[in-house]
Amino acid sequence: MKTTLTINGNTHALDIDPRTTLLDALRNHLDLTGSKKGCDHGQCGACTVIADGRRINSCLTLACMMDGVEITTVEGLGKPGDLSPLQDAFVRHDGFQCGYCTPGQICSATAMLEEARAGWPSAVTDNLEGETVSLGNGEISERMSGNLCRCAAYPNIVDAIREVSERKEVAE
Amino acid sequence: MNLHHKMDEADRRNRLDDMAQGVLSTPMDRPEGPLKVSGTATYAHEAQPEGMLHGVFVRAPRLGRVVEKDDAAAREMAGVEAIISGDRLLRNPAQGTANEAPIQGATEVHYVGQPVALVVADTFETARAAAQSISFEIADADRAPTDPRNYDSPEDEQSSMGDLEKAMKEAAISIDQTYTTPSHNSAAMEPHASIAHWDGEKLTLRGSYQMLKYNRNELADALGVDPENVRIVAPYVGGGFGSKLGIAPEAVAAALAAKETGRPVGVAMTRQQVFESTMRRSETKQRIRLAADANGRLSGIGHDAWVSNLPDEDYFEPVTQATPFTYRGENRMIGTHVTRVSRTCAGSVRAPGEAVGVTCFEIAMDELANAAGIDPVELRRRNIAEQDPTGDQPYSSNKLDATLTSGAAAFGWDNSCPAPSSRREGEWLIGQGMASAVRVNTLMGSKARVTLDPDGTATVETDMTDIGTGTYAILTQLTAEMLGLKPSAVEVRLGDTDHPPGAGSGGSWGAASAGSSVFLACQSLRGHIAKALGTDEKDLTLKDGQAIADNRSVPLSEILDAPLESIGEIEPGDTGDDVRQATWGAYFSEVAVNAVTGETRVRRMHGTFAAGRILNPKTARSQCLGGMTFGIGMALTEELMHDPRDGRIVNRDFAEYHLPVNADVPQLTVELLEERDPWANPMQAKGIGELGICGAAAAILNGIYNATGVRVRDLPATLDKVLAGLDD
Ligand code: FES
Ligand code: FES
Repeated sequence: MKTTLTINGNTHALDIDPRTTLLDALRNHLDLTGSKKGCDHGQCGACTVIADGRRINSCLTLACMMDGVEITTVEGLGKPGDLSPLQDAFVRHDGFQCGYCTPGQICSATAMLEEARAGWPSAVTDNLEGETVSLGNGEISERMSGNLCRCAAYPNIVDAIREVSERKEVAE
Repeated sequence: MNLHHKMDEADRRNRLDDMAQGVLSTPMDRPEGPLKVSGTATYAHEAQPEGMLHGVFVRAPRLGRVVEKDDAAAREMAGVEAIISGDRLLRNPAQGTANEAPIQGATEVHYVGQPVALVVADTFETARAAAQSISFEIADADRAPTDPRNYDSPEDEQSSMGDLEKAMKEAAISIDQTYTTPSHNSAAMEPHASIAHWDGEKLTLRGSYQMLKYNRNELADALGVDPENVRIVAPYVGGGFGSKLGIAPEAVAAALAAKETGRPVGVAMTRQQVFESTMRRSETKQRIRLAADANGRLSGIGHDAWVSNLPDEDYFEPVTQATPFTYRGENRMIGTHVTRVSRTCAGSVRAPGEAVGVTCFEIAMDELANAAGIDPVELRRRNIAEQDPTGDQPYSSNKLDATLTSGAAAFGWDNSCPAPSSRREGEWLIGQGMASAVRVNTLMGSKARVTLDPDGTATVETDMTDIGTGTYAILTQLTAEMLGLKPSAVEVRLGDTDHPPGAGSGGSWGAASAGSSVFLACQSLRGHIAKALGTDEKDLTLKDGQAIADNRSVPLSEILDAPLESIGEIEPGDTGDDVRQATWGAYFSEVAVNAVTGETRVRRMHGTFAAGRILNPKTARSQCLGGMTFGIGMALTEELMHDPRDGRIVNRDFAEYHLPVNADVPQLTVELLEERDPWANPMQAKGIGELGICGAAAAILNGIYNATGVRVRDLPATLDKVLAGLDD
């Protein structure tokens, strides 16, 4: 089946089995193996990518459904030597150990910061009417709980995200 | 120009403290970090070669003997290239350090989910559909029971000292309780995966493994080929926690399939297959007896453990490993009892033994503290032994007292013995709990090659792995420190059996063992440089690419005209037996238990640990965070459920086997005490990868007791168990 995917600003014309998930298209057909497969069932978040600005589990969507959608994977966020602020903060705060959940964490956090800026409440948000949500440890933990980390870098992940979020708030 | 050192006596030279570069023991960022955060570090099922085929396992749906396989539909599917079955497929993975193939064969099904065939196709989607279309006729056959019973008590696993029965009778206070822990799964985030390809007789396997020098022999043995023809590559491993110690079914299946098809074959286990056909930690039942005087001083300790495994597996969970030497008490009875079951293979999961053994023991100690009315921290302090009471050896070091004291202060421990259920905030009951941490320390043989270039850069090569533990960081720092280089001038190459064989990652011995081999290689390079300068190695300072001695400072480039290479080798020796080596620590937690729902939330948790020289406080701390979080899972949510009818794991995914998520884990705090242990190795460093889990769950369960008065002895403390206690 012919599908055109737009990934990190590049278009890729693919002719693949319609059963191919977005995750497998990335990993097995496009050599974009930054997105990881931890469960293939939407239970771990290792495969998180950003689709038209929203974080999604790429294992839970078929590639052929993503025609015309702007996909950003971890490879599109930054590279060694030119890391995004979140990627850089993860390195400094040791927000990972084995690194396997990390691309998913970083894609998830990238989109999550925008969700908070847009005022989307979470289960622990007190004020549901706020214009933006300010991200304390509790908010960050709650919003990042779709991304499992068995190495359990959670406290460092929270520190890394909070640092970037505070820096953004100051900059605004 | 190699240097071999056997650890037959304490090494008090403390050479590392003489070095001048100042990078070791600093919180350096991981050098491979930028690759990991950008998705460019390549794990096992990545860097896929051109033309790679995909293999998907077919699992046995029931116990018995495979008598017929219906794969006609699969064979007809376009794209299916091969269906691999037969005697060489692994029944289960090899145990850690096995060094030979585990039991093989795909006809006798000993546990539900055992891989019985591999379907190979041009795409993953086709292979998966074909695998699902295959059905089996499985006849009944004699199999071990599916629930543990009828235990054996191997003679050399029973020990006793003094008269425990008498001590129990005469004790002012005694505890005699039974605790249970369920099966656990390591649940590393990267599922087991391998890509195999053959070049004539030479096999290269990209895998996700912890101990390559053993894995190479295991794989070669399973395939019936010469280990010389097998190369395993694992530069990045997406977590292990014991589950990737030994070669697993997917590696052997990928190699067989690649041979048969003449093309590279990749096999990635599904998450469900990881749960079913890799390793579980055995469920345990533990009877713990404590006899104490009115002051809480132990006179007797009993610890019996009942565990299980598949038929013909030698490994059993060493539950009582730390019991002989943790506390005082002259009367002892310690025993392990093993039975055979038709359940997924039991093997190593982070800190085999202590993870569950110390946890239950530390709950019993809390019961003793409560019965005696003594602060639990003080109770432990009163029971610190002068030397290993069983082995009659001195401790190489025993930092239990120091970690208890420092940890209690850091946490703000209330030592006034607050009564259970005495603090309430709305519907939340608040309590505090603590536990000691202890884990045996081991040194393993390890080799590494260090090459110093005239341009002032160095390369380290060993087949040691970095499974998230920080090996790249610490070996970079160590080499930079010893050779007086900036860390950016050091390149560490790991995870390739073409390099000298390292200790592998497991048993918390990786950093100390592999580190010692690098230390020795650098030591011999330093000797060479000193000689070139006409000075003694002890008088040589290496810093920022300069060799400094006798008031002279010479750039390395002037001393070396060609790359200088050395292989360092550490060998364990008498210090493993002459002294009792262990790492020590203490955990403190504050928990809130909901009086209406029985839900427990960990509000605060602190750990103080001592593990010899800390090579990198940032990565060492992360190891402790990981261990403590495993402890939160063990205390509250993690439990593999076996169907009593056929032993199968019912909850074989992340929706049903509950790992702690971010919101379950507060901002844990960790304190690492400064220490040197000269008995451990020339670096005076000990292992820290597992210490953080060894008793961690007890600090939470003891906190639940303090919050509610409910003593959960059947882990995990799920809501139903807490609520049932709250009702009375
Ligand atoms: S791989 Fe997609 S959520 Fe786990
Ligand atoms: S870093 Fe290993 S799972 Fe998160």
